[in-house]
Amino acid sequence: MSKLWRASPLTYFALIAAAGLSVFPIYWMFVVASRSSDAMGQLPPPVTPGGNLGANIARLFANTDAYFLTGLINSAIVAITVTASVVLFSTLAGFAFAKLRFRGRNALLMVIIATMMVPTQLGVIPLYILMTKLNLNDRLPAVIMPALVTGFGVFMMRQYAGQAVSTELIEAARVDGCGTARIYWNVVVPALRPAAAVLGLLTFMTTWNDFLWPYAVLNDPENPTVQLSLRALSDGYYQDMSQVFTGTAIATLPLLLVFVLFGRQIIGGIMEGAVKA
Amino acid sequence: MALHLDARPPATPASRDTRPSRAGRLSRIDAKYSPYLYIAPFFVIFAIFGAWPLVYTFWVSLHEWDLLGSDPVFVGADNYTRLLADSDFWHSVVNTLGIFVISTVPQLLLALWLANLLNRQLRLRTGWRMAVLVPNVTSTAAVAIVFGVLFGREFGMVNWMLDLVGIDGIGWKSDRFASWVAISAMVDWRWTGYNALIFLAAMQAIPRDLYEAAAIDGANRARQFWSVTVPLLKPTIIFCVIISTIGGLQLFTEPRLFHSGTNAIRGGPMRESQTMTMYMFENAFAPYYNFGYGSAVAWLLFALIAIVAAINVLIIRRLGAGARPDNGKRTGGPR
Repeated sequence: MSKLWRASPLTYFALIAAAGLSVFPIYWMFVVASRSSDAMGQLPPPVTPGGNLGANIARLFANTDAYFLTGLINSAIVAITVTASVVLFSTLAGFAFAKLRFRGRNALLMVIIATMMVPTQLGVIPLYILMTKLNLNDRLPAVIMPALVTGFGVFMMRQYAGQAVSTELIEAARVDGCGTARIYWNVVVPALRPAAAVLGLLTFMTTWNDFLWPYAVLNDPENPTVQLSLRALSDGYYQDMSQVFTGTAIATLPLLLVFVLFGRQIIGGIMEGAVKA
Repeated sequence: MALHLDARPPATPASRDTRPSRAGRLSRIDAKYSPYLYIAPFFVIFAIFGAWPLVYTFWVSLHEWDLLGSDPVFVGADNYTRLLADSDFWHSVVNTLGIFVISTVPQLLLALWLANLLNRQLRLRTGWRMAVLVPNVTSTAAVAIVFGVLFGREFGMVNWMLDLVGIDGIGWKSDRFASWVAISAMVDWRWTGYNALIFLAAMQAIPRDLYEAAAIDGANRARQFWSVTVPLLKPTIIFCVIISTIGGLQLFTEPRLFHSGTNAIRGGPMRESQTMTMYMFENAFAPYYNFGYGSAVAWLLFALIAIVAAINVLIIRRLGAGARPDNGKRTGGPR
């Protein structure tokens, strides 16, 4: 680790270019969001923020085609519910797979890994039929229910619990008369907290970002998620691009906020997951 | 034990004898069966919302099955034979593969290069990592809309910059190949940094003395990269290729929102960039509501993913096998 190659000026030049390309589209999104709608017709394109953000936001929230506020609230409900559920069930199952002995453990773990390979598209039509039968079409439970567990989450927690939860501590707790439930709560949960936080962040971002399944099952334009509001905005017949970009900027903001606050942990989680995969 | 028994009143040891055994039995039951309780939520929910749909899609694909019509009619392989003769379907297959190839190859090469840059003594280490990852944490739908504007014909920034260097405006949304390039740019923008971080993690696990040995053997930096770093990264490269294959062939949000308006689900008026998932949507939902036909598309998509993933693994195995004996010869030679 210590004997890394020294970075040359050329390295920094290349990194600045890469970072610039990475950040620019996001920056420009905020530029257009803060300008009036004729900014789109200007050449050269404007690259500094204007003073129109407030007016654009007001117009966006008043737009009766997009139901943007409903979309924001719906997305928050869906993302928070799904995140809580995935973290809870993944830590439970991850703990069991890593630290408890039971018949069929390895076979069941293989099943979980296999589930990670199945493309979501394959389930869209049957899930739609199922939701129609359950009378849940156009309602949030239809979006939430299929996302309540992920194979990825279980696998990630299992890998982490294997090394983070000390077997001696579990045995000591057992000798002291703890049941497995108390061991989970008092020994495992505290040890898993850092990884569970990363899983929670990743799950929140994925869920907030999801488009395909909500697009299939939420057809009522008055009850969208925020990504569906964006679709309604961009498919509209008018070309009020500053309003559309205000929408994309607001829809991206929670993700950027999470990233600015927890970027270090997210990067650590991605890199750690890779080493073990 | 016996001494204690004698020394104490008989009532206490008797209750002592039964209490631990009852608790012991309980804790044995707890240890034996509670693991199933902990993994049950995953399997129950997955069975309903993951496994069952998988099988059921196949069942649906064997039927004439539409949303509004009467009862589904079993038609056997009809949907599949119709699909194999459907030129719009093949068009979407070619689009999907085309976009996949021109996005994945540069993306993974760029990611390798970027990881190599990040794997140095850098000031602001975390800052650089965050900067290259930030595209990955944006909203896909938002990005697709923004790129749709950047690649606009008249006032798009990309055409404006091309104009500055004397290249005429390109119809990014109306030309088939150009629309593939624009969508690939979007995908690469989003995923290159993510893959770079995965490669970076694997690079950091490579022991430094391998490079020192290679340097003593006279290998320059580029040679070290191709003969030490890349072969040792093989498992990680395979992992990233498979992840990119699964993701790349499923592309939907980006091409769907790159186009807006009436032909959006068709990927432009002439289906310029309609992917297989978009074709599935067009058939299964609005405007056709033909669940059977859409399900058949979904299964063929799954088959395609499996085939492409297998081909990828074979190719990479080959490449790796070529590099390893080469490596062995080199270290064996001087000795």
